[in-house]
Amino acid sequence: MSGELIVFYVLSAITVIGALGVVLDRNVVRATLMLLIALLGVAGIFLVAFAEFLALAQILLYGGAVTIVVLFSIMLTRTADLRVNLDNPQRPMAALIAIAAFVLLTLTFVNSDIGELDGTTSVAIPGADVGSSGFETVGDVLFNQWAIPFEIASLVLLVAMIGAIALARSDDPEDAGEIASGSPEGAGQKT
Amino acid sequence: MDLELIHFQILGALLFSIGLYGVLARRSAVLVLISIELLLNAVNINLIGLAALVDRPPDERVFGQILAIFIITIAAAEIGLALAIVLRIFRNRGTANTDEMDLMKW
Repeated sequence: MSGELIVFYVLSAITVIGALGVVLDRNVVRATLMLLIALLGVAGIFLVAFAEFLALAQILLYGGAVTIVVLFSIMLTRTADLRVNLDNPQRPMAALIAIAAFVLLTLTFVNSDIGELDGTTSVAIPGADVGSSGFETVGDVLFNQWAIPFEIASLVLLVAMIGAIALARSDDPEDAGEIASGSPEGAGQKT
Repeated sequence: MDLELIHFQILGALLFSIGLYGVLARRSAVLVLISIELLLNAVNINLIGLAALVDRPPDERVFGQILAIFIITIAAAEIGLALAIVLRIFRNRGTANTDEMDLMKW
């Protein structure tokens, strides 16, 4: 058993435990923090697979941004009790479907011959020449061959950002005035 | 025994199934959304595993990583927009639970 396989198993265990916490935990906030654990585990998997840029992007985006945004929206959509029943009555059916999906996917992967297809190797990650597929190659290919999809993706992000602001904005004029002028109590405490 | 493509695929399948369970079983819309994040990450693991193991020159091998970058981009856009919609629904209807959003149910 090689060293990278051991690292992979440890990271997989972290990821799967985190993911199970996301879907099974009775506490909303803890489920979100378990999401953070699962996504950092995925970042480690990316590192094992020599995708350094993606590992960093994963930590920045999911560890930093997404978890914070989700926590904020949990705070803003909070009802009286956090520990209300979080699950549907369709739980058994959901478990059945999930297990069926796992079995189906696993059977497909095990029986597929993608490892023997032209141009793939199923032996191990070739160590020596992977060093060149780091940041430089990703940047080079992304900005030369994939420049137009990249620009479209940035446009999608811009539209999503504008849409999110427009949707989440309060259209109550009293609220807007309060935000603009600041609440008098807060100003009093400051001085 | 070395790290092989099948390891990445099984891990991706496992993560995908867990996320699928979360999407189907959770009531809170926010929890459904973070389960969708698990689904997208399962796909990314698959892509990265293939990108690491395909036997090609480096500038072709990174295609998997490039696709994963686009998936992460779309995931970020999706979660921002979807959480804004959930927030809006909560403000208008007072609930963030998917089984109570039945306004358009016939």
